[in-house]
Amino acid sequence: MQYEIIIAGFGGQGVLSAGRLLVYAGMLEGKHVSWLPSYGPEMRGGTANCHVIISDEEVGSPILNFADIAICMNLPSFDKFESFVRDDGFILCDTSMVSIEKTKETSKKVYGIDATTKAFELGNKAFANIFIIGKLLKITKMLKPESIEKALYDVLPEKKHHLIPIEMEALKVGLAD
Amino acid sequence: MGEKVLMKGNDVIAEACIRAGCLHYFGYPITPQTEISHYLSKRLPELGGTFLQAESEIAAINMVYGASSAGARVMTSSSSPGISLKQEGISYIAGAELPAVVINVVRCGPGLGGILPGQCDYFQATKGGGHGDYRNIVLAPNSVQELYELTVKSFDLADKYRMLCMVMADGSMGQMMEAVQFKDEEDIQVYDKPWATNGMGCRGHSNFITSVNVNPDELEKVNLRLQAKYREVEKNEIRYEEINCENADIMVVSYGTTSRIMKNVIKEAKKIGINVGLFRPITLWPYPYEALAKHTDKVKAFLSVELSAGQMIEDVRLAVNGKSNCYFYGRMGGHIPSQKELLDEIIRILEKEDK
Amino acid sequence: MAKERLHPKSIKDKVWHYCPGCSHGIVHRIIGEVIDELDIQGSVIGIAPVGCSYNNYEYFDFDVIQAAHGRAPAVATGVKRVLPNHIVFTYQGDGDLAAIGTAEIIHVAARGEKLTTIFINNAIYGMTSGQMAPTTLPQQITTTTPTGRDTAYHGYPIRISEMLALQEGTVFVERVSTHDVKHIRQAKKAIKKAFKIQQAGLGFSLVEVLSTCPTNWQLSPVDSQQWIVDNMIPYYGLGNLKGKDIKV
Repeated sequence: MQYEIIIAGFGGQGVLSAGRLLVYAGMLEGKHVSWLPSYGPEMRGGTANCHVIISDEEVGSPILNFADIAICMNLPSFDKFESFVRDDGFILCDTSMVSIEKTKETSKKVYGIDATTKAFELGNKAFANIFIIGKLLKITKMLKPESIEKALYDVLPEKKHHLIPIEMEALKVGLAD
Repeated sequence: MGEKVLMKGNDVIAEACIRAGCLHYFGYPITPQTEISHYLSKRLPELGGTFLQAESEIAAINMVYGASSAGARVMTSSSSPGISLKQEGISYIAGAELPAVVINVVRCGPGLGGILPGQCDYFQATKGGGHGDYRNIVLAPNSVQELYELTVKSFDLADKYRMLCMVMADGSMGQMMEAVQFKDEEDIQVYDKPWATNGMGCRGHSNFITSVNVNPDELEKVNLRLQAKYREVEKNEIRYEEINCENADIMVVSYGTTSRIMKNVIKEAKKIGINVGLFRPITLWPYPYEALAKHTDKVKAFLSVELSAGQMIEDVRLAVNGKSNCYFYGRMGGHIPSQKELLDEIIRILEKEDK
Repeated sequence: MAKERLHPKSIKDKVWHYCPGCSHGIVHRIIGEVIDELDIQGSVIGIAPVGCSYNNYEYFDFDVIQAAHGRAPAVATGVKRVLPNHIVFTYQGDGDLAAIGTAEIIHVAARGEKLTTIFINNAIYGMTSGQMAPTTLPQQITTTTPTGRDTAYHGYPIRISEMLALQEGTVFVERVSTHDVKHIRQAKKAIKKAFKIQQAGLGFSLVEVLSTCPTNWQLSPVDSQQWIVDNMIPYYGLGNLKGKDIKV
């Protein structure tokens, strides 16, 4: 099994770190992984995306021309990457940022979670990507939630470890959504 | 082997530098390889080494020249426009026969070009770049794991031959993350450097390091010695990888990022009954001419796939030597060919060859 | 009678290739004497420039690295960072240091590299046959200013010592001359102090030596000495510019 995922949104929405978290957790489960960010002169506020591959086999190209899953955390990302998704794939939107009306424009399967609103309710908009990951795991079962937790401990600096229980709450909300 | 860790290509280059026993780095910021500097600026001073941000790429390569003269393992890194600035120093390093490692995380040109990946510095890296008759060993990794292994190897090759060894990656390899498995301990061979200018107190006679010689007889001898050394490198150090080459209908030649895309294309092609072989040079200089030439009678055609207007294709043609048709497919400006584009091209070539 | 060694231990027993009346021989000898007196022959590393003294390792009997044009300060930085306890100096002319190598020299000074630079200023390009240098004086005739340096057209000569003295990392700067014995003695004192400042690890030290180029000035060796007095010293004032009170 191979998952090819594009995650896209505004810089600062945790797009790149969501991808890193997924590939890290994938690596912990012994899968082959790659993560390739878009890189450019914009440090903040610009558009950002990353190509993520989580596979049972060796990864060929880390560059995706098509994806099984596009995670769109804002409207421009939906417009840009909707066409990248294979017919049997799906789009996962942050419906705080992409309206339900908008998602009806595509013939492809669309899932949504009100991630940014929920993150604000939890007190930190930076958690939006964790709600999204929770929802992704619910749909695909591609990784175990425990692997995400372990990945968080490995990836985040120690001074942020106190936030992990809150992030796991967010993950659970996504898993139950 | 140690545990697998997830790291960015540029960070792995930096870690490999340290693991190879190189504690001195001189560089100047340029995208898309700045993470190398970030990593080393933290780690090298902790280890008692040097991280120095130079005033220019020109200064950085000359600091490398000095540090290498003093007998140290030393590295610099840059990306295409910065490597152009380093060419003067690279020629001097070749002339003075100093070991040094240069990382080139290639972006697209010419001029300031763009910051997206390219393979458009192939000529510069393998055919000269600077002035004079000289060669650099050029290694072309295609995964984060290989970025580690070949960067470590580059220091050994540099010391072994007293040559500059370049590791040529590209923007996407520098930026991507993959799992990498480091060795618990590197097997580092320590080379005697009786030629180093590290103070004559340790040896009783003075040394000098120079690339100048105004006596034509002597300078020709220097050149002949360099050429003999290059022949030795050609004999010993050629590396390449062959994938699916048995019974291949067409042989695709590509390195670095494009060779990764080809791995997917091979699978897609199989589904429609086409056997695509992949010949991947790992040393771009010395180039694996003979190994590539062995396929001339077996395949219908050769196709060089590059992120350039067609540079390595010239070496492919030299290897094939007119015995088979050689085609080229490339993208520029930071574009990367899709699997579909490449498969379509392969089908087009095979149809043409079958006529 | 045993053959008496008339040259410093740190200078090889060879005949200079330099033109009669050129200052390079004098400055080389001073450096050799200073290195002997400080007993650092075993730990000193010199960086040779591009210019007439490109192969000064033919004369210096200690380790020397020949650098690309203008890049000696960067090369010296590389050496010193690897061997912080060694004494590293660059020997550079005015084209090398003040034209093509301006960035490198300013930045060693700004970084306060614990290096010494001996700057040979003879107001002309010697080896390439007498072209205008960045330090060529107004109205001075060279092969590329045949009617004299017109400052409105070619700009003004650079006072390197003054400029480098402004850098925080520079601790010692002195401009000296080699036109007579008294000044040669003063030059040696300054060069010795510059090396001692490096030994003490205080920062960057520079000695600018006003030097002759009789061949390209098209003067006799004797008239060349007077030309320094009449033309160079009025523009490039002699004396200490920084670090006079440092005791080493």
